Parts: sequence; structure tokens; C-alpha cells
Amino acid sequence: MEKNEALKKFLLRLGDNALIQGHRLSEWCSRGPMLEEDIALSNLALDNIGRAQAFLDYAGHFYSNPQSADDLAFKRSERQYYNFLMAELPVGHFGYTIAKQLYISAYEELLFEALTQSTDDTIAAIAHKAVKEARYHFSHAADWCVRLGLGTAESHDKLGSAMSDLWAYTQEFFEMTDGDLQLLQLGIAPDQNQIKKVWTDKVNKVFMRAGYVMPGECHQYSGSQQGVHTEYLGHLLCEMQYLQRSHPQAAW
Amino acid sequence: MVSIVASNPKAVMELLDQIPDPEIPVVSIREMGILRDVQINEKTCTVTITPTYTACPAMGAIADDIKALLKSHGFTKVVVNTVLSPAWTTDWMSESTRQKLRSFGIAPPAHKACDQWTTELTRINCPRCGSNNTSVISKFGSTACKSLMRCEECKEPFDYFKCH
Ligand SMILES: [Zn+2]
Repeated sequence: MEKNEALKKFLLRLGDNALIQGHRLSEWCSRGPMLEEDIALSNLALDNIGRAQAFLDYAGHFYSNPQSADDLAFKRSERQYYNFLMAELPVGHFGYTIAKQLYISAYEELLFEALTQSTDDTIAAIAHKAVKEARYHFSHAADWCVRLGLGTAESHDKLGSAMSDLWAYTQEFFEMTDGDLQLLQLGIAPDQNQIKKVWTDKVNKVFMRAGYVMPGECHQYSGSQQGVHTEYLGHLLCEMQYLQRSHPQAAW
Repeated sequence: MVSIVASNPKAVMELLDQIPDPEIPVVSIREMGILRDVQINEKTCTVTITPTYTACPAMGAIADDIKALLKSHGFTKVVVNTVLSPAWTTDWMSESTRQKLRSFGIAPPAHKACDQWTTELTRINCPRCGSNNTSVISKFGSTACKSLMRCEECKEPFDYFKCH
């Protein structure tokens, strides 16, 4: 694969993860379990959407016919999205969202830490900002895991089953395509195997603090590296892209 | 009208120091470290700014304010560039900026080295009464850069500018 093609795909994955997570988190706006968390989840959504803008804007440069971040967000179809399956899963109850946040933000903190060393200056610049945000997101999620895990029997059970249900979507984070291996050689992308080791340890510590045992090996879902998604992404895109599809070129 | 500032980047910087941060109007975009650079080439002025948070929603308003102000001072063309590197940090705030935040009711970042952020929420002084008997209400507040705290002495809630 040509280097630019590999880089484009890598950037789309970064941008799509942020965009789809941001969209899901924004669904909490006005529906949070309490005012403070409503604001927190909306802030998390905002950070993600800003990051999506930065990565998709850069990805757009690698198209023969340059695309804006908005073009990429609103005009691609489901099979052209490369976000993690976990990101597109419905928000569920508050504990379910927190479990998603725990897994994803733990990964992102490590990913962006590694990407601050990327030989690609633009990626490194975005990562320098994103790592601080991801670190904060992780601390928010970890605090809530402990609070719910050590809370009532109901909160313990709800978070516990969310964490074990979502475990089946975690190993997909660390998949590397041939293009990713090529970018690793060039010092642009990190080694996901390294990240996986640290991630497992980081997440396990939260499990222990919150009074849980980390799930063992189980069936793992996969497909997003090929643009194959769960049934949920199509519905999400229908809603997110509705305005631009019905009124092409609409702007404000 | 062409004013004296039109040929002098330093004077333009000082002029732009009038523009308040849209979300914390008590400090300017220069004091916040958002304003990074000014270049002048004939009638074109190029201003470089950097976002606090990646998604800072105030960037559009800041760029509009810069353009309007410079156009009223004789520049026919104003270009506002956004850069991400070096990444903005609260370490750039001067002591006088921190004092302005405090007098506005916002506790400034407690640490210089942002790596220590994990322990930072333990001892934040209340901007109203100065007590350090304070606690966190929420890690997130009214804007991306703030969290919400409570003073156990004077019983007032207050914003804390997160170390970033
Ligand atoms: Zn007080």
C-alpha cells in the first residue's frame, strides 16, 4: 500500500473514533442523571468533536480531490467509516456509558502519549493536545467506576455487567493493518501491542479498585478496520447526516 | 484611516491585548496565551492564535474580533491562522493573570507542572475567602477549561481553572 493511503486510513480511524464517540456522548445532553454529569458528558462530547475536526481535516489532505472535515463527516457512508465498534454502540444506561468511556479513554491516553512522538508533525501536534484531554476523560471514568462499583448492589451489578458485555469489543482497539505496520516502520503510528500491555494493566487496576475481577478471554468482535460495522452505525449516521443529505451544501 | 499601528507588529500585539477572552472577559486573549504572533506585510496583517482546548468553541468569535479590530485600524486584509503547536498550557499564565482570575471568582490552576494534575484537586484555595477547605463538585464545569468546586468555609461554589 502506498504510504499516503495508509496514513489517510489511519487518520480516518482516529477521526472517526472521536466523531462517533462524540456523537454518542452528545446524546446525553439534557438527559444526564444529574446536572453535573450532564455537563460533564457534554464536555466529553465537545472534546471528541474537536479532535474529530482536527484529524478529519488532516485526513482530507490525502484525497486526490481534497475533502474538508465536514465533507468527511457528513458525506461518507457506513462502510467508509473506520471507528471502533465499541464507539458506535448505543449509550445505554449511565454505567454502560462509563464502562465505554473507561475502556476507550484508557486506550486513548496511551495512544496519544505515543503519538506525541510521531514523526508526523501534524499528528504529534494534535496528540500533544489530545493526550491531556484523554487523561482527564480517563480520570473521570475511573472515578465513576469506583463510585458505582463500591456503591449500592444495583450500581455494582449494572456497571459490572456493562464492563463484561463490552469486554468483547476491546481487543479490536489493538488490531494493526498492513498499512499500520508500514506507518510503524516510519515512526508515524505506534505499536499497538505495546499499548495493549499497558492498557490491560491500567484497566485492571481500575477493576481492582472498583471491586471487580477483569473478564477473561472471550469471543471478540471485529470488522471496523474493513469498514464492517454493527447495526447501530447506520442509524447513527442517518441522524447525524440527515441535514447535509437533505439540504446538500447547507451551511451556517 | 491608517493608524500608527499599521506598520508595527508590537503595536498590533498591544492593540489586540484589548480583546477579551469571550468566556472569561476579565482577561485578554493575549494574557490567556491564545494570541501567539503578529506579522505585517504591507496592508495585510497575519495573526496567529492557538486554541486552549482542541474543541474550544470560542475560536470563531476570537478570530472575528481580531479581524474587526484590525480592519478598524486601517488593515485592508486580516488573516487569522490557527496553530496547535506548541500546545497551549496553563503554565503560560502570568501571576497577574492568575490574580485577575481570582478576583473574578475563578481559582487559577494550582500547579505549574501539569504532570502533577492528578493530585491537584486536593488543595485549591477558594477565590472568595482564601480557605483551602474546598472540595470538588464536578470535574467538568461551565466551559471546557474549568471544573466546579465548593468552599466548605464560606459555603460558596466556585469555578476552578483546570491545570492543563
Ligand atoms: Zn470560601
